Amino acid sequence: MSTATAHDTAHDHHGPPAGLSRWLFTTNHKDIGTLYLWFSFTMLLIGGAMAMVIRAELFQPGMQIVDPNFFNQMTTLHGLIMVFGAIMPAFVGLANWLIPMMIGAPDMALPRMNNWSFWILPFAGTLLLSTLFMEGGGPNFGWTFYAPLSTTYGPESTDFFIFAVHLLGMSSIMGAINIIATILNMRAPGMTLMKMPLFVWTWLITAFLLIAAMPVLAGAVTMMLADRHFGTSFFNAAGGGDPILFQHVFWFFGHPEVYIMILPAFGIISQIVPTFSRKKLFGYSSMVYATASIAFLSFIVWAHHMYTVGMPVAGELFFMYATILISVPTGVKVFNWVATMWRGALTFEVPMLWALAFIFLFTLGGFSGLMLGVTPADTQYHDTYFVVAHFHYVLVAGALFSIIAAVYYWLPKWTGHMYDQTLAKIHFWWSVISVNILFFPMHFLGLAGMPRRIPDYAIQFAEFNQLASIGGFAFGLSQLLFLYILIKTIRGGEKATDKVWEKPEGLEWTVASPAPYHTFATPPQVK
Amino acid sequence: MQELQLQKANQQLLLKLSAVAVLMFGFGFALVPLYNLFCDITGLNGKTGQVSVTEARNTTIDMSRSITVRFVTTSQSELPWEFKPLADKITVHPGELGKVNFSIKNMADHAITAQAIPSLAPTKVSKYFNKTECFCFSQQTLQAGEEIIAPVHFIIDPAAPKDISQVILSYTFFKSTKG
Repeated sequence: MSTATAHDTAHDHHGPPAGLSRWLFTTNHKDIGTLYLWFSFTMLLIGGAMAMVIRAELFQPGMQIVDPNFFNQMTTLHGLIMVFGAIMPAFVGLANWLIPMMIGAPDMALPRMNNWSFWILPFAGTLLLSTLFMEGGGPNFGWTFYAPLSTTYGPESTDFFIFAVHLLGMSSIMGAINIIATILNMRAPGMTLMKMPLFVWTWLITAFLLIAAMPVLAGAVTMMLADRHFGTSFFNAAGGGDPILFQHVFWFFGHPEVYIMILPAFGIISQIVPTFSRKKLFGYSSMVYATASIAFLSFIVWAHHMYTVGMPVAGELFFMYATILISVPTGVKVFNWVATMWRGALTFEVPMLWALAFIFLFTLGGFSGLMLGVTPADTQYHDTYFVVAHFHYVLVAGALFSIIAAVYYWLPKWTGHMYDQTLAKIHFWWSVISVNILFFPMHFLGLAGMPRRIPDYAIQFAEFNQLASIGGFAFGLSQLLFLYILIKTIRGGEKATDKVWEKPEGLEWTVASPAPYHTFATPPQVK
Repeated sequence: MQELQLQKANQQLLLKLSAVAVLMFGFGFALVPLYNLFCDITGLNGKTGQVSVTEARNTTIDMSRSITVRFVTTSQSELPWEFKPLADKITVHPGELGKVNFSIKNMADHAITAQAIPSLAPTKVSKYFNKTECFCFSQQTLQAGEEIIAPVHFIIDPAAPKDISQVILSYTFFKSTKG
């Protein structure tokens, strides 16, 4: 249990400056968190619009709406924007808002760098999106940008894509450094590491993953740039390079990246489930160790994305066993959430509904991941819609749902208003039903052999594709309802209490709602 | 006072973590030689070895078994070269020097430089498969319409796995110059 002394009133006069300069020059963790969250929501809608183009084209076989090159640009940019523009910045935004309040710090450790790491993002996003309007079109080689598709055969705009990735990487690395410094140096007295809320723990580990993985991605795109323009042959067989090497370098970044997008989600769920079960989180320390083991394992499983490149059997076996091993710590987590709910006094407020959907659907995505992790099975499913189904279950019904759950959990604390719970429940049911209509049929499509990243398909895939498209349009529409709920809550609504929920744990619930511009200027004493 | 200490601690951590990020950026590039080294040692990726002629002469020949080597040749689609082996296959004893000629012809109306990349299947044999002479050791420049006969001399180490009776050696020519 933690208690905080009342100290906020003294600083109330020191509010934010008015106008645009507040946002441009802000070093306040709450302002920057808000900026991150709005940026990622904008990117979610842009990337979502691209998904709508994809689903519209796939509504029936044959070529209807867009030409194949533009279709490929849509799949590429949809992936890049959702990963680097929507999911990752949303988690950084949540970290900015919540970590200082959760550990009793007045702000982030490096506030000016915090401002910089946010303001790089809009430029990176614009650079990436501007490629669509260039001669020859935007990047069309898939979000994994395998060489030589992206080097020898990439469009001219690939260079803009490369610099956008550099900028996105810099932003994430700076954000990660800031988060580590905040957690390690700024904790309130008495807040030992093993007392930290799990969201803080998962973010600490994620930040280390970011620092280790993002520079490797920056290295990969730099090598691409050199291959394209400076006559090197990193990935070019003619000069002694090797295109397979690209896949190794990319996935050495790419697999930790997968966990960068899901570990903070585990943290969020571990905050929400105990609140609405009215019990302490089951197995706190095992959660911490499980997170750390997942992070470690994520660095030695990368080649399970490349089972079909012609690896020797020994390599396939190693990567298969290491991959399957990840299901142990992940299983520990799911077990702990279920055990937390076991014999708890459960209520089903909106954040809890999203958290439950997360547990169900993420686990489902985990199971299809297990299937893909088994080498002989993957040989069959590789590059089919089964893979698409798998990673959308873990990233949409997993990562995105956890972000939405977090917003519904902490929004009253941020805005001081309770949202319209009926509308929010409609949003939930609408999303959770449509997301399954959207992605579940893709499992069948993949098993039946429909390849991913194609604008046209054989006639026997028509029904499932139509179903998926209908689910897709419904899911896309439901996020506009989310936007409406958000704006409505920010502008007004029923006053939220300081605690917001019946018995939430954590320092962030000890400050007023809405959270004052400056919190914990004097650190609270944690017992 | 405490504030200053905190600021200093934060800056130190910033420096340390930035150093980690820079190191990891370097590690990305270090993956290139590491990857090549790994492939050389294990013979993965079908990379074949090179030995000197004297070394090859000093190898004892294992007359008790023979291995058939088949040849596959490809030119990258944008390279107008006609490239074929003069024999589809030859049979050698392990330790015996095998010799085969390839014909390479530039069908374009201008000079082109290209590099041949070898690959061997099954890959577990590749570390026992060594060459003393190969057109793949360096880039080849052919004038417009020029045709050359290029030899490959190879020797299979007698230590090669006993269950191997056939291997396939393939070459792909990749264009090196622009245009």
